[in-house]
Amino acid sequence: SWISVPSTADILLHLGLSESVIAAACARVGQRVLHVDRRSYYAANWASFTFNGLLSWIDDNKVCTYFTLLFITPVNSFKQQDQEECAPLAEDQQILSSDGEPQGEEQLSGSAPTQAKKKKISYTKIVKEGRRFNIDLVSKLMYSRGLLVDLLIKSNVSRYAEFKNVSRILTYRQGKVEQVPCSRADVFGSKELTVVEKRMLMKFLTFCLDYEQHPEEYQDFTERSFWEFLQNNMLTENLQHFVLHSIAMVPRETHTEEGLRSTQHFLRSLGRYGNTPFLFPIYGLGEIPQCFCRMCAVFGGIYCLRHSVQCLVLDKESGRCKAVIDTCGQRISCSHFVVEDGYIREEQRKGVEHKHISRAVLITDGLLLQSESEQQISLVTVPPLEPGAPAVRLVELCSSTMTCMPGTYLVHLTCPSSGSAREDLQPVVSRLFTKPASAGEEGTPAVLWAVYFNMRDSTAADRSGYDLPGNVHVCSGPDAALGSDHSIRLAQEVFRQLAPHEEFCPPAPNPEDIVYDGDGGQGEGAGFSEAAQAEEGAAEEAEESKEKEASQESSPVEVGEMPDPPPAPLAEE
Amino acid sequence: MQFSIYIIAECNMKLMTRDDKSLLYNVGGKEGVLDEEVLLLTQQLLSSNPDFATLWNYRREILLHLETVRSEDEIQRLYEEELSFLEACLKVNPKSYGSWHHRGWVSTRLPRPDWARELSLCERCLSLDDRNFHCWDYRRMVVRVSGVPVDQELQFTDRLIGSNFSNYSSWHYRSTLLPLLHPGSPEAASPQREPPTSSLLKEYELVQNAFFTDPNDQSAWFYYRWLLGRGVCVCVCVCVCVWGFSTNSEVILRCGYRNALYYKSLTHLHKICDLPPGTISDTSNEHNLTVHWTERHTHRDCALYTGRSESWCRDSATDLELFRSELSVEKSSVLQSELQSCTQLLELEPQNKWCLLTIILLMRALDPLGYEKETLAYFQTLKEVDSMRTSYYSDLCSKFMIENTILKMEYAEVRVFSLCEKNLSTLCHLDQLLLVTHINLSSNQLLGLPPQFAMLQCLEVLQADDNAIENLEGVYHLSKLEEVSLRNNNITQLSDLKILTTCPRLARLDLRGNPITQIANIQSQLAELLPSITELLL
Repeated sequence: SWISVPSTADILLHLGLSESVIAAACARVGQRVLHVDRRSYYAANWASFTFNGLLSWIDDNKVCTYFTLLFITPVNSFKQQDQEECAPLAEDQQILSSDGEPQGEEQLSGSAPTQAKKKKISYTKIVKEGRRFNIDLVSKLMYSRGLLVDLLIKSNVSRYAEFKNVSRILTYRQGKVEQVPCSRADVFGSKELTVVEKRMLMKFLTFCLDYEQHPEEYQDFTERSFWEFLQNNMLTENLQHFVLHSIAMVPRETHTEEGLRSTQHFLRSLGRYGNTPFLFPIYGLGEIPQCFCRMCAVFGGIYCLRHSVQCLVLDKESGRCKAVIDTCGQRISCSHFVVEDGYIREEQRKGVEHKHISRAVLITDGLLLQSESEQQISLVTVPPLEPGAPAVRLVELCSSTMTCMPGTYLVHLTCPSSGSAREDLQPVVSRLFTKPASAGEEGTPAVLWAVYFNMRDSTAADRSGYDLPGNVHVCSGPDAALGSDHSIRLAQEVFRQLAPHEEFCPPAPNPEDIVYDGDGGQGEGAGFSEAAQAEEGAAEEAEESKEKEASQESSPVEVGEMPDPPPAPLAEE
Repeated sequence: MQFSIYIIAECNMKLMTRDDKSLLYNVGGKEGVLDEEVLLLTQQLLSSNPDFATLWNYRREILLHLETVRSEDEIQRLYEEELSFLEACLKVNPKSYGSWHHRGWVSTRLPRPDWARELSLCERCLSLDDRNFHCWDYRRMVVRVSGVPVDQELQFTDRLIGSNFSNYSSWHYRSTLLPLLHPGSPEAASPQREPPTSSLLKEYELVQNAFFTDPNDQSAWFYYRWLLGRGVCVCVCVCVCVWGFSTNSEVILRCGYRNALYYKSLTHLHKICDLPPGTISDTSNEHNLTVHWTERHTHRDCALYTGRSESWCRDSATDLELFRSELSVEKSSVLQSELQSCTQLLELEPQNKWCLLTIILLMRALDPLGYEKETLAYFQTLKEVDSMRTSYYSDLCSKFMIENTILKMEYAEVRVFSLCEKNLSTLCHLDQLLLVTHINLSSNQLLGLPPQFAMLQCLEVLQADDNAIENLEGVYHLSKLEEVSLRNNNITQLSDLKILTTCPRLARLDLRGNPITQIANIQSQLAELLPSITELLL
């Protein structure tokens, strides 16, 4: 059974973080929003999966079906594209290797009967407890004073999620993992630093907090690198490492001012919610787009998963997109169309070059740096192991974040790609972790399961590089940065074009303050009577969110997939 | 009782329904009602305004009354309810004097108190605001009554300081815990004998971490100064002085307190007695006088030798310990290494006043004369970086300069003493100058001669040219004073000089360059005021 999709909408979008924010913002100011995605889950590349969900995601992506869903047809010939034909074009996610199963099995056979040293976790256990995992495709943290947190607060969307403070900032230095002193209390308590270093570091950090007020301190270095600037500031090697890699988190060659800006951003976020500048959403980062989707649904947005657009209908005179044809052949008229970069065909983005992000997800059995509490959320910065290699960012999540089963840790590795994910990240993994078979080394956690993949980073793309109608807006997917500022800024920009005179995400009223009309009289046509249902579904889901049972599997509106979609009606009006 | 309830009813008019109000009036009407109904009413009132002491008192009266008529279990339940009500009050105002005080009272009345619960309540409050002194007070009470071990409390302060070291309360608490943890001398104020060096060094390390991390935070510096030590206030008899004139003799006893104040030495000069006339009529014999100080079980002998009209007995002023008591750490090696780290910090933070001041104090403790030049330079910087406290630093510097001059005196019996051109803004340690006959205070910035100046009982010549003196308060009953030179000062009126009439032997007075010389007829008026003067320069 499937429910028909509304035939008109003001705005039609796909599902990423930027798109979800735009959707929420538009719905909030009264636009009719239709959200479609070929995938069966929310949040697109920002999604979180259970362990088993991730396994099927891997399978799906190995044969590359899911990411060839949407192609914008050329303006002159509105012909339907064959999926297979286009497969290689949309390789925004490429599974390069997934070495999980063999290792897992080895573990199972090797250790289960013999040792009872620690509570060993077998592969079958992970599969059995798979629902306890919430594995993000993107690994990011939220700066406490970043745009995302500000937006969550301002819009009241924060009520849909709960957050935890990242508890430690660690770094890999001289062959071992150690804690980075970044807050005043950390510096005070640090055993690694001498008192003079403490003073130097505090002095430098205090300067960075309002570096704009003291241009004389760095004006000689505006053309030189932040690294040189640090060296010139009499910071010891220890401190240079901490500031460059763990606080500013920039490569050596970064310009001084940019380095100072990053440092400032880090420091300004300190102390708002705790001793580190970062927050992490419980149940994973995939919650965030979903929270905005909930907000959108509350204000009448409609969601259609496993449903997609085949082609656009353009107005001959204005060249604007006035409708789309979905995979069922239905025409949906719309005044704006927001689409993720990954869905656009190569011909339409001639001038656009893409970078890639290398990612790895590990399930490990212990903390990288032991501490009193086993429940730690750590950000670990690993500087380039060799010259030219990328700096790798590692986020280690404990089970209290509800992203992994007790006794395990979920480790995300991220860096901008210079080769395949495995080439980029394997060296770091092998330095920091052991294999379960050689669990002799004390204190080094073992990798129970791992997956490496590359993801396309289209954030550098310029809109002018796309050959698209004016009311088709392109959103980029996730970038390699730690924060989400780029996506939020992008959402704001797009929103400004969609609704130039409206406020961006004003605070949503509390549910008890909302007065519903007796008979939902806003419907116009068949489409919107269904819309009300859809809304209910979404609202219900929002309420259920705490229990977190139904999250990915049951989507509010499921539109059945047509095995053989009818040809798109050629429409030229 | 009726009156107070009535007032509250007025105050909280807005907060209550009509029924409540009438109820309260009724309660007021019944004299001395001590039942649960009143308990409930006061609870309603207090929950909207927990700062009404009278109501808390009323509640206490009721509870005390109920204690006499209820069983222990009932009382326990009653007081437990009271505690949870208080918790709600503290949520309204976590700094309510009334609520905390009442909680303290309830906790001690409780038949079976749950101190762990109280400690965790304090912990929660302090995590919300680590400077809530009401909570600190209450917590100390709980700790005392429930007997939490001292080392556990020290760990507690460790934890609080670790999360935020800008916290006087925690540092101060430490300073009370450490002497308890390392009991030694009965005079618990001096740390040099109690905390073993290792734990003392650990404290130095902790506090250094704090002031290197944030040198502008005062709390760590104050604790540091506590660690470096405070002088012990010992009352000693420093000097006994006897002199006689033709008809009478007097004994002056001076005893000095060395104390912890930073620049004012509390010193007392006692004139013990005039010896009865005729006691020392025979100057051809030697007289031995003994002063017994019963309170301290000490005595001092003083011999008036043949043919002399005065005699004294005093400690040597060159004793290096004389002014050291302000920083009293036994090992100067410790002080030396502390000085090194502070100097290191100063290199990084040349403008930091706390660091500058601490360095000055350390230098004073180590070698006041050797570091004199550096000290003066640091004072100069201090005045520049902390211009709001220039006068404080000037006075402190004056004190140190006077101390140094006294230390430089070759022997205690020096009777001619010069303090000219020292930039003095104040005078102190005058007790050390009891025997001085000639003092030169010229070319300083003195505004007056303070009352303690009257201690210079042997003074014959006072020279204080080129100051800004307008007040001669201390030139009082100086029986030997003969000559006063006050050129270029700020004496404006005749009345300023009136005090000089108490000095019977004053014969020469120089007032050139003072505004007073402009007054018409001043010469004749002065002659009238001070007839003993034979030489007056105007």
